[in-house]
Amino acid sequence: MSVPLSAPDLLTRDFLEVRAKILELAACLDRFQRAEGSLAGDPRMRRIQDGLAVLQGAAQLESAEPNRAEQVQQIFSLPYDEEWRKKWGI
Amino acid sequence: MYYIDPHIHMVSRTTDDYETLAKMGCVAMSEPAFWAGFDRGSVDGFRDYFRQLTTFEPKRAGWYHMHHFTWMCINAKEAENVKLSREVIAMMPEFLDLPGVLGIGEIGLNKNTKNESIIFLEHLDLAAKRGEQILIHTPHLEDKLKGTRMIVDMLCDDRRLDRSRVLVDHVEEHTIRGVLEEGFWAGMTLYPVSKCTPERAVDMVELYGPERLMVNSAGDWGPSKPTAVPDFIMAMRRRGHPESLIRKIVYENPLEFFSQSRNFNFTPPEGLPAVEAK
Ligand SMILES: [Zn+2]
Repeated sequence: MSVPLSAPDLLTRDFLEVRAKILELAACLDRFQRAEGSLAGDPRMRRIQDGLAVLQGAAQLESAEPNRAEQVQQIFSLPYDEEWRKKWGI
Repeated sequence: MYYIDPHIHMVSRTTDDYETLAKMGCVAMSEPAFWAGFDRGSVDGFRDYFRQLTTFEPKRAGWYHMHHFTWMCINAKEAENVKLSREVIAMMPEFLDLPGVLGIGEIGLNKNTKNESIIFLEHLDLAAKRGEQILIHTPHLEDKLKGTRMIVDMLCDDRRLDRSRVLVDHVEEHTIRGVLEEGFWAGMTLYPVSKCTPERAVDMVELYGPERLMVNSAGDWGPSKPTAVPDFIMAMRRRGHPESLIRKIVYENPLEFFSQSRNFNFTPPEGLPAVEAK
């Protein structure tokens, strides 16, 4: 299906919101760092890093696949085993 | 614009919410049976809940000239108790022929356990034997992808089911394609924090088209927004989509899906075409 608004129109419309969301993320990471305790080895931090890496493709809008949301969802998902019914015998 | 919310838990909402929904253009809603925030202790607890869904909620909706439809089941969370689940499944036929009862739902998975899967399959069996429509809950967050794939596996393994009479709800970017490609209906739930936003729902409409796609609020007792469907309508407009496309998703599609149920009876608002049960 077509996208009615042009890319420049969408950017104009969403620019401040994207800026605000990046800022919110940055402040969150700062907050984690300022607080007591270590997050080294926490698997959730690994997922956050992997999620951010997906977004870095945003710098090259022309080349990257437009499925970042799906990729981020995959990162925050548990693995699926095709043989599950056989394993449980149901 | 007139719209239908195909998934909302009005037992958890006030009469003021009914009034607000009516003022925002809601003409009908469907309410699947769900986990009410606490585990019920007996089959009679469920029987009373089903009575509430089939008698009092349609009455409250009627005060504001809306149609209320409902679905019967024991939800995935309480399905962990297999003995109680079987008692509830045995009792459900008392309600399945009542006016406004569209079928079995919202069945599904919560933590993707063996017991949940066993009870899901037993609900499917009842639906297949009685020719009931099915409304399905998919798990949230990290469990969603795995759980949705397990659900689609179980649905596809049952040759008796008519896929055009099955709605798989709470789809997101990583689960929508598999559901639509297998021929099922898909519902996008707009929900604070754990599910989808209006803008992302519009993205999915642009990516996958409007066929067999619906939008709902899944408003319930938790943080949720019963007026989320109007938020989607506004997001579609702001993205430049025509009214005809918006109406298809929020009004015509739910009617097309619901009208496959024998207990569906709907009088459209003045000026809109009638829809008969198929
Ligand atoms: Zn629900």
